[in-house]
Formats: sequence, C-alpha cells, structure tokens
Amino acid sequence: MDLKWNEFIITGDPLILGAQISILLGSIAAVAALTYFKKWTWLWKEWLTSVDHKKLGIMYILSALLMLFRGGVDGLMMRTQLATPNMEFLDPQHYNEVFSTHGVIMIIFMAMPFLIGLINYIVPLQIGARDVAFPFLNNLSFWTFFVGMALFNISFIIGGSPDAGWTGYTPLATNDFSPGPGQNYYLLGIQIAGIGTLMTGINFFVTILKMRTKGMTLMKMSMFTWTTLITMLIIIFAFPVLTVALAMQTFDRLFGSVLFTLHGDGNPMLWVNLFWVWGHPEVYIVILPAFGIFSEIISTFARKQLFAYKAMVVSIVTISVLSFLVWVHHFFTMGNSAEANSFFSITTMAISIPTGVKIFNWLFTMYRGRITFTTPMLWSLAFIPNFVIGGVTGVMLAMAAADYQYHNTYFLVSHFHYVLISGTVFACFAGLIYWYPKMFGHKMNEKIGKWVFWIFIIGFNVCFFPQYFLGLDGMPRRISTYLPEDGWTGLNFISTVGAFLMGLAFIIFVYNIYYSWRYAPREKTGDAWGLGRNLEWATSSSIPPHYNFAVLPEVTGLDPYWDMKEKGLDQQKNVDYKPIHMPSNSAVPAIMSVLMGFAGFGLVFHWYWMGIVGAIGIFITMIVRSFDYNDGYYISVEEIKETEAKANK
Amino acid sequence: MQRENGTFVNSGKERKGSRRMLKKLKPLSLLLFLALPLMLAGCSTPEVLDPKGPVASQQSDLIILSIIFMLTIVAVVFVLLTIILVKYRERKDHDKYSPELHGSMLLETIWTIIPIIIVVILAVPTVRTIYSLEKAPEPKSAEAASEDPLVIHATSINWKWVFTYPDEDIETVNYLHIPIHRPVEFKLTSADSMAALWIPSLGGQKYNMAGMQTTLYLQADEAGVYDGRNANFTGEGFNEQRFKVYAEEEADYQQWVEEVQNSAPELTQYEYDNLLIPGVYDDGTAEFNGTHLQWIDHSKNAEYTLEAWDRLGYEPKNPHAKDKSQNILPEDEIPYYQQDNTVDYSDEDMDNNEHAHASHE
Repeated sequence: MDLKWNEFIITGDPLILGAQISILLGSIAAVAALTYFKKWTWLWKEWLTSVDHKKLGIMYILSALLMLFRGGVDGLMMRTQLATPNMEFLDPQHYNEVFSTHGVIMIIFMAMPFLIGLINYIVPLQIGARDVAFPFLNNLSFWTFFVGMALFNISFIIGGSPDAGWTGYTPLATNDFSPGPGQNYYLLGIQIAGIGTLMTGINFFVTILKMRTKGMTLMKMSMFTWTTLITMLIIIFAFPVLTVALAMQTFDRLFGSVLFTLHGDGNPMLWVNLFWVWGHPEVYIVILPAFGIFSEIISTFARKQLFAYKAMVVSIVTISVLSFLVWVHHFFTMGNSAEANSFFSITTMAISIPTGVKIFNWLFTMYRGRITFTTPMLWSLAFIPNFVIGGVTGVMLAMAAADYQYHNTYFLVSHFHYVLISGTVFACFAGLIYWYPKMFGHKMNEKIGKWVFWIFIIGFNVCFFPQYFLGLDGMPRRISTYLPEDGWTGLNFISTVGAFLMGLAFIIFVYNIYYSWRYAPREKTGDAWGLGRNLEWATSSSIPPHYNFAVLPEVTGLDPYWDMKEKGLDQQKNVDYKPIHMPSNSAVPAIMSVLMGFAGFGLVFHWYWMGIVGAIGIFITMIVRSFDYNDGYYISVEEIKETEAKANK
Repeated sequence: MQRENGTFVNSGKERKGSRRMLKKLKPLSLLLFLALPLMLAGCSTPEVLDPKGPVASQQSDLIILSIIFMLTIVAVVFVLLTIILVKYRERKDHDKYSPELHGSMLLETIWTIIPIIIVVILAVPTVRTIYSLEKAPEPKSAEAASEDPLVIHATSINWKWVFTYPDEDIETVNYLHIPIHRPVEFKLTSADSMAALWIPSLGGQKYNMAGMQTTLYLQADEAGVYDGRNANFTGEGFNEQRFKVYAEEEADYQQWVEEVQNSAPELTQYEYDNLLIPGVYDDGTAEFNGTHLQWIDHSKNAEYTLEAWDRLGYEPKNPHAKDKSQNILPEDEIPYYQQDNTVDYSDEDMDNNEHAHASHE
C-alpha cells in the first residue's frame, strides 16, 4: 500500500483531533495513577493474568461499558448529523466511517462481550462449579477480544476507519472501491476477536456439559445457563463461517485473490450470503442470553418458578435451529426466485412462534406472584412491551413482498434497534444491576437507577419509534443527509432528542457506579436481594471467595437455592473441608494476544514483516504453553476455614 | 433539455402542513414529543402507504393487513401485562400468591397454536404477492392488454443512474419518463457497487448487481413526479444518487421521446466511460441519443468499469489521501476510442460470463 507518511495519522478534523488529545491525556493519566499508587504489580498479577472466571467477567463488562460509550458517541454523532436537513456536522465520508464503526462496535465489541462477561461471572456459579473447563483458554478469549477491539478502535486516528458498513458488503469493500487501510482494520480486528469468541463457545459448552455439580441434570439447570448452553452451540456452528469469510476477504484485499471482486470472475454476492449465514445466528447469540437474564430476574422478583420451564427450553432450542434457516431474509431484494423468498419468509415468520410462547410464559411467571419493582425488574418488565413492538415489526419485515418496501430503510433500522436495545441492552443493564452485589459486594443505588431507567426508556422510544414512520415515508438508512423537501425533518429532530436522552441516562448510570461505590451499604450475605433462587446466591459471602464454594452444593430440583432456603439448609456451613485444586494464572494469553495485535496492525498497512514477526511470536508462545507443566495449586484446608470464617463479617 | 429538478415538489401540500405544525409544537414538552409521531402519521400518509400504482398498492395492502394483526397482538400483550402488574404486585396480604403454579398445558397450547394460525394467515397473502410481483401487473382494460411492458435498463453507477430505453434508442442520466397505465419492466444491473432501485410511490426495491441482471416490474396509474433513488449504500456519494420519475399520459410520453430523439446529443463511448468514474453527476441530469448497450451490457461483463478506469487513467484513492486529484486522459490520447468497439449481445453463447446471471432472466 503506497501510504504517504503524512496520511498515517488522521489529521484535519477537529472532532478526531479532540478524540486524539483526550485519548492521549487519558492514557497518560492512567499510567500516572497506576505508577503513583504502585498498582502495576497488582494489576498484572490480580487481573490481567488471572484465569478466575469472575475477574475475567468483570474485565469483559468494563471493556463493554467502554465500548457502549464509544459506540454511543458514534450514534450521537450520527443523530446530530441527521437532526436537520443539509447538516454539515459530518461530511459523507466521515459519516460512513461513523455508522460502520457504530454497528461493528455495538454488536461485536459491546453486546457480545457484555453478555459473555455476565456469563463468565454467573454461569460457573449457577452450575456449582469452581471455574470453567479451560481457565487458560478463558483468559486467552478475553485477551483476543480485547486486542481485536483495540485494533479496531484505533482505526479512526491511525489510517482511517472502515467505511463500507458493518456488513462490509463486497464489491464496495474490495480494493477497487474501498482503497486505504479502513476495511483491513475491519477484517483483522473482527478476526482476532472472533477467535476468542469461538474459544469462549467451546469453553462454556464443555463447562456446562461437564462441570455441573452433583444432582444438576440438564433439566434442572437455570434458564440463564440453558440459554448460555444453546448460545455457545450457535457460536460453535456460526463463527467458523465468519472466520473463513473474513479470511477470504482478507486474501482479496491483501494478496490479490479474486473471490469477491468484480474482476477475475469473483462473486461478490457470495460474501453477502456468508456474512449472513453467520450474521443471523449472531443475532440470536446476543438475544438468547438476554432471554435467560430476563427469565432469572422475572422469576426472582415475582417470587415464582419460571412458568412452563420445559416449553422455554424447547423454545430456545427451536429458535437456535431456525436461526440457521433464515439468513436470506437479509436480502429478499437480491432477485431470488419466488420460491426461495417464500421459503425464507415462512421460516422467518416461524421464529415468532417460539418467541411468542416465551413472551406469554414470562407474563404468566408473574401471574399470581408477588411482584416487587426493583430496578433490574423494571428493565425486565420494560423489555416485554418494547420487544413485542420490535418483534411484530420483525414479522412485518419477514413478509418478503412487503419487505421490498422496508428494506434498507429506517423501518428496518428502527426494528433492529427495538429488538437489540430492548432485548440485549436492557438485559445488560438488568443483569449488571441484578448481579452487581455479587460482583462488587454492594447494590447500585435504586433511586438513581430508577431515574436512569425512566430517562433511558423514554429516550429510547422517542428516538426509535419515529423511525418506523421515516422508513415508511421513504427515508433510506445510511444516508448522511437529506433535503428539506423530503419532509423528514420533524421526525428526525425528535429522534435526535431521544438519542441524547439515552446518552444522558448513560452518564447518570456511570455516575451511579461511582455513587454506589462511595455510599451504598455493603452486603452481609451471599443472597443480596433476599430472593435468590439459583446457586450463584448460595455462596458464603456476598462476593464469592476465589474458589466459589468451599463445598460443592448438591441439587435436587429447579431453583436449588430457593429450595435450600425453604428447607433451612446451608450446605456451606459445618462441614469438613478438603483442599481445593485451582488453576494457576498465566501471562501467556496476554502476550500471545498482543502479538496477534502486532501482526494484525502490520497487515492492515501491508507491512508484512510485522505480520511475520508477530506470527513467529505467536508460535513461540504456543510452544511455551505446550511445555508448561504447571497444572495448578491447592488451597489448604486452613486457608478455606479462614476465608469461610471471615465471610461477611 | 429537461432540467426540471426542484420545480416539482412531491405531494407538497401535505408535507408543508406537517412542517408548519411541527414549528408550533417545538417548544412543548417531552410528552408531546412522544405523541408526535402518531399525530404526524395521522396528518400525512407516508409515501409507502400512499401507492400510485398497482405494485405499490399490492404491497401497501399487505402492509396494512399485517399492521392490523400486529396492533392486535401488541394490544393483547400490553393489556395482559398491565393487568398482571396491577393485580399481582406485592401487597400486605398474599391471598393471590400461588408459588406452586408453574405450568398449564391448556394455556401453553393456546399460545402456541394462536401464533401458528396468525403466521399461516399472513403467509398466504405474502406468498401470493411474492409470486404476483414477479410478473407484470395485470392490465385493467382490454386495450391496455395488447401492449407489452415498456423495457428500461436501469444501470447504477457510483453515484448516478443511467436509464436506457433500448427500443427508443435513447438514454437518460438521473431522470425517467414513463407512460401511465403501462407496466414498466426494469432490467437492473450495476456498473460497480451493489445498488437498489427504489421508487417508493410505485413499489418496492430490487438490487442492481454487476455481472447480473434482475427484473423489477413497476407501473404508475397516476400522473405525477415521484422520487426515486438508490436505497443500498454504495459509498461517499450515496446520498445524491437520486432521480425524479415523470409519470405522464401516453401522448406526453411519446412527445418527450421524440424531443429527445430530435434534440439530444449522440452518446460517445468516451463520454459514457467517463460516467463510470465514481462521482456525482455534475450537470444533474442529461439525455442522449443512442445507448451504452452498443458497447457494454454490465450484466454480462462485470469487469468493464475497471477496464474503463485503466484506459482513462483513473486510480481509486484512499479517502484520507491528501492528494486526491485524478489525471483523466483526453479522448484523442487513447487509441482504444479511435476504433469501433461495438459488441453484439444478441448471441448469448458468445458470453463467457453466463453462469453469473440472476436466476429469472
């Protein structure tokens, strides 16, 4: 690539300059603080090299919150540009980069890591395990995600961001139409993070199948664990498709192959198919764990067992199968035969059946319950009506003949924000607040939390509801501006107001993290809400000890912890402890992933020497790992006794 | 010359009304903002639900049918949710609390079967419409039935539209004239990125793809000027890849064709190849005698655009490059344009690219 030296760092845009300065100052402040408080060793030993699923979970969630900020700022920039016609806040090129990064970041670097963070923290606890099946791999998953995220995120200050949409459709994304390093960042950033996701899929699939505590049969697992199991299965089937497709496009862009190009008989539409063969299951990867979280919370705060547990399990399994049979609905307008479009219309509409069943089961979980309106419950309750709006518009989109009019419009934009925000984002907020005392030993402030909730819910609807009408009025997605005579001004302005309300809610949410850390009372027991039903609440202290359970609990039915409380059992007390075997920390994943980032960065700019050096480095770390005979250590009975005695004193 | 952009404003009255209303409402509170979309929807019909031809009205009917069903579902869920939240919220007495209730065969069967029925009810008209849209709209009168659809090749180029009338042997850039009450058979293809031809008032979109041809039938039953555009993202100039559709009486249409045939300049290959350089068409619109099909049908050769760039000396550049100037060679410096490059596509077997064609050509 003949990149001139003065084109390496992006210059000339005040917004980007501002970001560059604040990133620089932020980094200097972080380094200074760590040095001043002598926290470097602590950070390295306790966190970065940790294989503890709980710490990895927290690191995932922190990264995801950072990405929610970044992706949110992208969104606000887009809404500002669209607030009024002929706006000149972002030029079209800049707008294209912003909406492309918004999509990738929100799906791949926000929604997935947020959910994987919650899964990491909670699922091993819910199945009564002390860690995951492959703790080393878990740390490596986190690091590949983190490095992929970092690589993708620096694109806007170094070299330029991808600008072909989050879908990276060819031929637009080929070298002929997207010259420059932008699309390479997309390919390599997602590729590196995707490796980690696939490993997470394998890791948790095995963990759930092999590491459940005594008595926990598959049909006695919590709903969150069930949705996680199925999600991991979808990851295992879907992510290899993405990996191969990304590699193919990378070959086109770096090495001149002609797989998706216009020249040499390439087939650009093959990319579109491969992308969505991964892309549609991906939607369910980010929605099924959300369903699991809502199931937990609704059942907890209605004080009732989940209604129709078996039907819920059957529904998620059905959804996971159907999720692989609907990808063509993303391009009904490609000129497919009437037969193909009819088939995919019907399979898509069929997904609404198990989803509808779930909605009614959630409603009837609360029927004859004792509903308390805590913040996590509010988010879960708001999910139902908002998700139904998103869902029914999804059925409308599934009707191919009508989709020709909705496709590529704000109707679609509104639909997928309704399902992804009220599904995934509400679940992230709900799950984080619900399990917050488990992670940090204190709740988030409920009063501030309710303010956040109401501002966000109102902002969300004000932002996205008008977009259905914009779509029906002919406004296509991805346009960077429109004309006054298009008649879209009013609704766009309203939509922008809503977007800023969501931004405000996010700021208050972050403030609440600080406020609660300072002022919230510390929890005394493992069962912070007093209503816990599953094993994550059965730990002896509010934050589980490093080994989770001094004695692995025994399970006899659904909602095992609720059952124990009813019977007055405390399995963690008055028992003979045995030494506990735990895995050792490792620095290899961090180093290996940084080398992947090094190689990836080089390849973005066609600096092959960096790619080669990085690849050799990765190989060396693999060898180091292969000859690593450290298979963990034992926690002595004395230490366990001491820890248990101290619990919640 | 037809430079009428801006003199026609599509359904201006309704639009102006809603804008005026909006100005009044601006200072009002958030709650009003919430209600506004509904009010706006009441004042002016969105373009898609205000069809001007048989294709758009089939789609509009289907959309309205689905909206009715969907609103019913939404209403049921909202009412049920409200009742449950009010009735079963935590109170002092717990008489209604039945923690042992966690399943009901009857209820579960009901809410599995009802969605299945709704899906079936919606699937039937959906499939019927999908098939119906693959054919030209049914003629309303016996007289109209004798007429074949008007064939127009719509070629998307970054970031402009070229419309080719092969039988009339004319070509336009960024605007269309069509007769009303007569089906138009659009043959869609792209010279470069994937685009989508969309005229919301007349019907839904379909993709334009290089090296392939897709067919889209549309028809206008009301004279007027409609907005058309590329709906599928194609890069920097995507916003501006729009065009006007002038739907007019048969006689007016014929008169326009003759006018173009008599007065428009002859299209040269050099001029056409220059259109293939990515950019917004500076002159807004244009019309030509003769069509580009004499040299290239992009649905049969996906590489032509890249070859034309090479000939002309155009090089794609990093959008962040400091120097984005191009050095396009003049016609007389390129020997290629001194020869006759006419191709004959009438013999399909000549085409070595045929496997790439869309299925229902």
